[in-house]
Order: sequence, then C-alpha cells, then structure tokens
Amino acid sequence: MSILERLNAGEVSSATGETHEADTRVKSNTPVNGEYRLLVLDAPQSILNCQPGQFFHLLCPVTSAHQPYLRRPMSIYGYSAEKGELQFLYKLTGEGTRALAELKVGDTLNVLGPLGVGFTIEPEWQNLLLLARGVGLATLAPLAQEAKRLGRKLTAICSARSQDVLMSIDYFESMGAEVITLTDAEGTSDMDSMRRVIETKISEGVVDAMYTCGSNRMLKLLQEIGATHNIPGEIALEQQMACGLGMCQCCVRSFNRKGLITQERVCREGPVFGIQEAMAW
Amino acid sequence: MVNLTTKIGSLTLANPIMPASGTFSEDLFEVLDLNQLGAHVTKTITEEIRGGNPTPRVCEVRGSMLNSIGIPSKGIDYFIDNVIPFYNQYDVPLVVSISAQTADDFARICERVSVPGVDAIEANISCPNIKEDGKAFAMRPSTTHAVMTKLRGASDLPLWAKLSPNTGETIEVAMAAEEAGADALVVSNTLLSMAIDIHSRKPKLGNLMGGLSGPSLKPIALRMAYQCAKSVNIPVIGCGGISTVEDIVEYLIAGATAVQVGTATFINPNAMVTLLAELEAFLQNQNIQNVSELVGSVRDEDAADAVVFMETAP
Repeated sequence: MSILERLNAGEVSSATGETHEADTRVKSNTPVNGEYRLLVLDAPQSILNCQPGQFFHLLCPVTSAHQPYLRRPMSIYGYSAEKGELQFLYKLTGEGTRALAELKVGDTLNVLGPLGVGFTIEPEWQNLLLLARGVGLATLAPLAQEAKRLGRKLTAICSARSQDVLMSIDYFESMGAEVITLTDAEGTSDMDSMRRVIETKISEGVVDAMYTCGSNRMLKLLQEIGATHNIPGEIALEQQMACGLGMCQCCVRSFNRKGLITQERVCREGPVFGIQEAMAW
Repeated sequence: MVNLTTKIGSLTLANPIMPASGTFSEDLFEVLDLNQLGAHVTKTITEEIRGGNPTPRVCEVRGSMLNSIGIPSKGIDYFIDNVIPFYNQYDVPLVVSISAQTADDFARICERVSVPGVDAIEANISCPNIKEDGKAFAMRPSTTHAVMTKLRGASDLPLWAKLSPNTGETIEVAMAAEEAGADALVVSNTLLSMAIDIHSRKPKLGNLMGGLSGPSLKPIALRMAYQCAKSVNIPVIGCGGISTVEDIVEYLIAGATAVQVGTATFINPNAMVTLLAELEAFLQNQNIQNVSELVGSVRDEDAADAVVFMETAP
C-alpha cells in the first residue's frame, strides 16, 4: 500500500494526543460591534475536547488583499461538542484578523488545536471571580460555561471604554454569573475602583479564586490583592507565536518561580499561568 | 512500489525527508507520526544552559519569516538524560545538532554527544543568531576548516556540516568542510535579514537581525545546494524554503541526496508526512523506481527552454 493510501486509511496515525489539525466550515462570521467580530465554525468532534483558556492556531486565508504567512493563535471564545461548534471572538488588528474577516459562510478554515494548558478550577474553589477588559473577555468566557457545568458561583467584572463596546454581558448572565460593568466613560474602570469592587466581593466571602488575562495593570492589581488576602489566581498570557506546539521557542516569557527567573513557552507551559509567578511587562 | 531508501554516507534512511533543526521537537509527536520520517534532527544544543535572545523572536515578512531565537538550550546533561531516550523509542536515525562559540568548545560537546543512540551529528556552524552580527564559522573556508577538523577528531559518528548562505564563498566553504572530514553537507541555514516597523521605527526582532526562512529563501538555498553538489564528493542535504513536493524534487534534481523541511512545519504540522506521500506519488506517476535516480539529474549542459510566445505558438 502506498503512503498516501495508508494516510487516507488512517493507518499513518497523525495524533497520539488531543491536538489535531482539522478543516472546519464557517457557519457565520459577523460583526459584534465596530471593532470585534464573532466567527462560528462547524468543527469535527476530534478537536472539541477543549478546556477553558486553551487556544487554537488558525491558518488564516490568503486573499488578494491580505497575505498572512504564519498561523495566528487565538483563544477559544466558545466550544460545544454537542453542537459541533467552535467560536472565536476577535478584534481586527492586523493582516491575520483582517483576512479572517473575509471568510464567508461555507468557507473552509484549517485549525490546529486545542493547544496549551487551560485554567484550573480546584474542587475547593466554589466562588470564582473573573476580571476582563476588551478582547480579554473572549479568553475568559469559556470559564463561565465551565463554572456553570461544575455548579460554581461566578462574579464577572467586565471593563471597557464605554457601555456600547461592552461585550458578552448577556452571555455571562445566561451562564448564571453576577456581572459588574466598569467603564472609562463613567469613570468606574480605574484601578482603584476595580480594587474596591473586588475587595467588597472578598469581604462578602465570595472569592476563592481570581482569573484574568492579557493586561499588565490587571495582573499587578490581582497580584497585590491575591497576596494581601491570600487568594489564588490565574492569568492567560499572550505572546507572538510561530509553531504553537512548543518547537520553535519563539513565544517565551519570563516567570518568577520560587525566586528563580525562568523562561517558559506561552504555547506549551501556558497560556494560563499562576498569577503570582507571572511577571509584569 | 517505488524505493525511497536514501543513503547519506554510511547512514541509511527509509526516505529522504527529515526535519530541519530548530523546527522540530518532541512536541510534534502529538500531531505527527514520527515513525514516518527519514531521520529526526534535534534543535541545536549547546554544552551550557542558554536562555536565548530577547523577544520578539520571530516576525513575518511577505510569504516567509525571520527568526532570532538564539539557541535556548537546557544544556547537554538534560539532553542526554531526556531527549535522546525519547527519540530512541522510534526506529528512526537520530541526528543531533550541536553548536558552540569556539572550535574547542565545539569539539568538547561533539565528543560528549557521541553516545549510543545518536546516529549522526549535525554541526551548526552557521547559526546567524548565536554570535554578534550574525558571524558564524561557515562564513569563511579557513574557520570552517578549523572547526570541522577539531570536530572530526572528536567523534567517529557521521558528521554533517550545516552551511551558511551568509557567505560569498559557498564553494570554498563546502570544499573546506569536505577536506576537514565532513561526511555530508546540509545546505543551508537561514539568511541574515532585518525588518523594521515603520510606525514605531523599531526593528521587528528583539535581536535586531535574524534569519530568513520560508519559500523566499528557496532559490538561494537551491543554488547553493547545486553549487555544493557540483564541487564536493560527499552527499548534500538540501534545506531552505521547501513547502511543496515540487520543491523537494527540484532540490533532488539539483543534486541533493535528501532534504530537510523546516518552516513549512510551522504552517502545516503534518507537512513532512504529506510531502512524503506526495513524493512517492510523484515518482510512481513518473515511473521512477528509485528516488536516487533523480539526484543530480539536472540538465545543466542544455540551454533553458525558450518561452513560447502566443503569436508564435501553432
């Protein structure tokens, strides 16, 4: 039998792990507001055993206007094995996301994943708090689904420039979360206000663990609050990537592990890390 | 049934497709069946533990990429204890890529990795990221000869020299490596390059400069592979910008005995196995029994085919 025949017969097994390269079909790709779009994909079951905080590496299409070369890492916004569905919430920022925006219903998108280490929810963490701003919501949204599945209480603090660019509020509420919105327009999103809101929740006894992503300011805030009140936390970090699998060593960041500064790969050891070991940048 | 068996000196590979150093690691086993590859080529290791270069370590240019990873290394002890046993689970030859700052340090790590379970050593004498301004041994025949002579004295394993496109003396460097005892040449490493963000006016790589890889490197590396194959009697392994089966066939015709696939794996992690299947299909369609029949079959004595213009076409 030729190699091609063996490949097609599935005899050359490509995967021993949970990570697969797979073609998906675009179900919808629509604007959420002026800057963000929601991409919904029809995805095979093989790639839908996802954990909150994991990501996919997307082979963005090459179009006449946009020629992205490397894959683009993107956190999972939603996944459902039941519906055979994978969702990404993305902000139009560069070559890759602009190319993604051109995908039409029925188009094929090749994805690699799920990748990386997601968020942990320890059994004793009954009350969860997440702090999100902007596109960080996309990364934290699957936590709400998982919290609901596990029967945990969730407080979602969502920050944005103004009320009209706040996203996913309905989604978090539908997952049973208490949602607190903070905006620049109303002057409620500065670090002191955020600290007051979080510390009020802590005093009410409804914070066993805290989660955030992306932002340097929110990382520092949660590190301080976590250290003061002895509350664990996790952060999902971003870094530019090439392979997404851990081979190229491109996506490293520095971490403070018991006083020792180490370089860890965001794609492999992360993207989720302990809040106290993450280092501000 | 076509014969894909490939001989690199004393080493026999099941097929001519292997990964390029730095674009392959144990991590790929999750996506790709590692048993299908002609050889496993590890990321370059150094004797000491190295952190690597500041980020950003890669950037994309039109249709290709630049990197300045800088050889982060967990050191030789970790490598011997953990990495070699991992690859020895597979019945595939293991090629270990090594590097060092001086010829003496190079010889020492070469001796230390010459252990059972290692089938060949690839001397990365061409990394543009390990020394200031991208200087490397393989830029000059004299430094190539000096370091390869020391390496030859340090190991009895097959020794491959990975050459650099950052030289005006490709043929002289290739001959120097052969004369010093190299068993094969890997042609080639990345081309020293640069990219600048026009808005911030900052270089796009943390280390200012880095190596170009991907399809835009291919014509340059192909030219070098051709020049090397013409001027030495040891096998040449083509490396640079391979992403299609046509690229592989082109390298073989140019004179390469085998090929390394690198950046293409970042885009499609299954690339090497897909290319292997396509190479086999190509040979079948062309009625070629042995892949070795293609090697060096370039008709360079003939003039290139003239373009047939529309108005003169029958």
